[in-house]
Parts: sequence; structure tokens; C-alpha cells
Amino acid sequence: MKIAVCIKRVPDMDLRFAIGAGGKALDPAGLKFDIADFDGYAVEAGLRLVEQQGPGEVVVVSVGPVATQETLRKALSMGADRAIQLAADEVPFDGMSIATALAAELKDGGYDLVLFGRMATDSANQTVGPMTAHLMGLPCVTAVSKLDLAAGRGTAERQLEGASESVEFPLPAVVTIDEGVARARLPSLKGIMAAKKKPLEVKPAQLGEARLTVQSIALPPDRPPGRIIGEGPDAVPELIRLLQTEAKVL
Amino acid sequence: MADMFAFAESRGGALRKVALEAVSAARRAADATGGGEVHALLIGAPGIGGKAETLGRAGADLVTVVEHTGLARYSPEVFAATAADRLRGGAYRAAFFAASAEGRDLAPRVAVSLGVSMASDLTDFALEGDALVGQHPTHIGKIITTVRLTGRPAVVTLRPGAVALAEAGRTPRVEQAVPALDPAAARVVVTSVGAKGDSQLDLADAPVVVAGGRGLREAANFALVEALAAAFGNAAVGATRAVTDDGWRDPSTQIGQTGRIVSPDLYVAVGISGAIQHLAGMRTSKTIVAINKDKDAPIFKLADYGIVGDLFEIIPRLTDEVRKARAGP
Repeated sequence: MKIAVCIKRVPDMDLRFAIGAGGKALDPAGLKFDIADFDGYAVEAGLRLVEQQGPGEVVVVSVGPVATQETLRKALSMGADRAIQLAADEVPFDGMSIATALAAELKDGGYDLVLFGRMATDSANQTVGPMTAHLMGLPCVTAVSKLDLAAGRGTAERQLEGASESVEFPLPAVVTIDEGVARARLPSLKGIMAAKKKPLEVKPAQLGEARLTVQSIALPPDRPPGRIIGEGPDAVPELIRLLQTEAKVL
Repeated sequence: MADMFAFAESRGGALRKVALEAVSAARRAADATGGGEVHALLIGAPGIGGKAETLGRAGADLVTVVEHTGLARYSPEVFAATAADRLRGGAYRAAFFAASAEGRDLAPRVAVSLGVSMASDLTDFALEGDALVGQHPTHIGKIITTVRLTGRPAVVTLRPGAVALAEAGRTPRVEQAVPALDPAAARVVVTSVGAKGDSQLDLADAPVVVAGGRGLREAANFALVEALAAAFGNAAVGATRAVTDDGWRDPSTQIGQTGRIVSPDLYVAVGISGAIQHLAGMRTSKTIVAINKDKDAPIFKLADYGIVGDLFEIIPRLTDEVRKARAGP
């Protein structure tokens, strides 16, 4: 089984963000980067499928600048077999532009399965997976919380609002991974050493035209600072009063 | 004057609130261009057409109804082909979908079929010349990105709850159409849809969300949260990742960075300390109430109204008082 996993290098979301000069990007000072949460789950899902289903290969692919290689190496240290960097000065915000580059690379790769994280935690568009699938002519299932493959077919579960749905599809296919499939393993020391010797190919990204762009970014408006109105059950009547008269939600 | 397209999401034969939001957004956009038409697409099992009039109330001028016995459940390829087909058949300036589980699956398929880009999860938007400019919470809600989308139609998904419903009071023209792809030919097939959770209201639709965390100590104690939600009468129940990871609650109810993002009128955090990943899923709630025994818990930095103390004493009292307040004087 040959599996491609498309991943993205994103800033660590736990840090405090500031707006960079120009107002279109984060201030790079103090940022740390890592593989996007859901993309880590996708790498883990790919590794487990190959481990469970016999011989195979997991290829990790990412669009981005040289620093992207660090993220690809991390996926290699988790156990992926080889990596492809589709080199671009920056990652476009437009999912269609990224999908164009990925589809061009993956189309003739003979992959049984192409995995993505449900969405990148920074740009949060959640569009690249299904767009890549369409450009490759493959069936696509998005945001799956459970995934099983057998005899050239897949079954998956998707979480809806207040419900879940079961989905069946044939391979080859594109699947985007949500919370629930697998937590990303931590690279072992042995894995980190091995990753240094694994192949990492660099090719120019054949990006599509970017028609979705960032005009500006801003920090969300501050909420008023929190207020503790009292202690214990005796504070409940005051809470009720405030909900009725101030917040007007009761 | 420009015509707008809206996808009217339904489930189990009933319209979802986000369907009305998509139509309302399309109405607003059409009016802003000087009064174009709003065309809505409604797909489902035979009988779904009965919901067309409701879409008129939110501002649809024309509802295209696609009824088929094979479309009782969402069918991504059939829905996408049909929506793309309708969009190709008109000169639409923009196409509005919900940023729901279904809409976020569907809209990218439609956009790529049409060869256009799309913008996701917008909380607000405006048409500016040949562009659509919108606000999109990114970086787990810690950044608001203003995006600029060019191309026709401008395909967008709208964050559930962000769009005010229009009261247009129209009686729409209704036309029947056939799916652009035979449902039997679809490669991806939804084989079943199972309802989950104990509360009637969905997290995305509920004006009030009551969420519980580790402070509840064990799964059975979620009964307290359920009771409080029931007292409100218009509340859905959510949970933190710690709680869903431990199997106390269904994963579909997890609120946070890797779960659901909600922005209800009132969010009540019960026994939730307020990890940044959780705050990412609820920080845009209009009013936040927190009940926690640790006065230094991060949730109190965000809460409009916090009560420090033992939730096992506070929640039953609060439930009583809310029930009384709801019952009226």
C-alpha cells in the first residue's frame, strides 16, 4: 500500500501572537513551528495503515519554503519513508492554489491513499483535500474520525453536528483526518537518527493562481476582563440578576 | 444588480438553521448590489420541496428542488455536481454555503468543479468591486484574517450563527430539477446517519451551551450539566477534550481547537479550567459564565461572570433558579 500524506508547517498555537509590520502576517519574532495538529494525526493514520496492512510506503509531501524541510523531517522521524518538498517562497492562503501544486505532484504517483489533516490550524480553510481529490479525479471523504480499509474499499465515520455518518468509498481515494483517528506518536531517538538519512526530494511547486489572498490580519477585539461575582451557591441569585438585567440572556 | 446562489442544507427531511443563514446572506448580498435574485438549491428525498416556502421567508426568490429517493442522505458527489450544474447555468455573483460539517465538505468540491477559489468560515463579508472581502477567524480564533476573494461566482462558507436571519417574507417560485449525477453512480456513499448526544439541540444551533469539564469528577455527574441545560430549555451540552478523551461524553460534543467551535449567546463552563485549546472553541460566545473551584483558573480571565466554589453545591442551586426564571414571575 502506497500512501501520501500532505502536511503543513504552522506556528505553535499556544504562543501569544503579534501582528507583523505590513499587517498581513504574524510577527515572526518568537514564533515556533510544528506540523499542524490534524496533519500529525494524518501521518499517524498513514503509518498505522501500512503497519497493519503489510508492505507499503508512506510519503510525506509539503508545499513551502526551505524551513518546511524541518517539518518533513519530523514526519520522517515518526516513521514516514521519504519526503517531497514542493518548494515555494511562501505557502499561498488559497487552498485551490495549493491543491493545484499537490495534484500535479501526486497524480501519477500510484498512491492507493492520499491523506490530509482536516484543516491547517493557521489558515483554517479546510479546502485543500477535497480540491486536490477533484483535480486528481479521486473520490474524497473529508473530516473522518474513524477509518478502515479492506479489499480495496474504505469505510469511514464523519462527525456531524449532533450526529455521525458512515461513509463507504473505493480506493484509491483522498481522505482528510479529523480528531479521533489517531494521536500523533512522538518520534523516538532512533527515528530521529534514521530520519536524517531518509530521502527528501525538493521540486518547484507548480502553484495555481492565488485568487484568495490575505488583505490584512488583526487580533480579535479584547473581551472585557473576567469578573468573579462571588463564591459558592449564595452567588447564584446575583448571577441570575446579571444574566437577566445586564447580559439579557435569561 | 446581481443574482446570488444559496445552498439550503437539510437533514432527515428538515431544514437546518444554517440553510436560512445561507439564504439570508445571499439576500443581503443581492440587495447590496441593487436587488438581484436569490436562488436556493434544496436537495433531498421526495417531500423536501415542502420546505421551499420557508426559504422564501429568508429571502429566496427561486427555490430549485431536487428530489430523489437516493438522496435522503447527503451524497457529496451528487450534491456537488448538482450545485455546480446550477451555478454554471446562471450568472451568479456569489454562492453561499454553511461552514457546517456538510457545507465544508460540499463547497470546496463545488468551487473546484467550477475552477474557482473559495473563502471559508466567514463571520462577515461585503462585495467590493470584483472582489468579495470577508472576515475569517484563523489561528484557532486568535487572529481575524480579512480575506479577499476574486472570481465568479465567489464561493464562500459562512460560520454558523454569524449571519442574522433575514425576514424577507417572500413567496418563492419553485422549480423541480433532477440530480446532475445519478445517485447510484456515486463513488462515495453515506450508508447511515446516527443521531448522537442526549440534548435535542445541536451545539451549533443552541442559543445556550452548557459545557462540562474534569471538575465534574466522573461521567455520571454530567447529569448535573444535563439538568442545567434542561432548565434553560434552549441549551445544548458540550464537553472539554479531557472529558471526551476519557469517554465520558461523545467526541462529537467536544468544544475546542480540535473539536466544535461555538459562539452562543450564553456559554456556561462547569468545572472547566480553561485550557487554551478549549478557549479556542468558545471565546467568541457573547456572554460567558464560569463555575470553578480554583479562583486562578484561566477560564475566569475570560468569564463575564464567574463564581468560585464547589460546583456540586452551585449547579443544583443555579438549575433551580434558572428554572424559576424561565417559568416567569
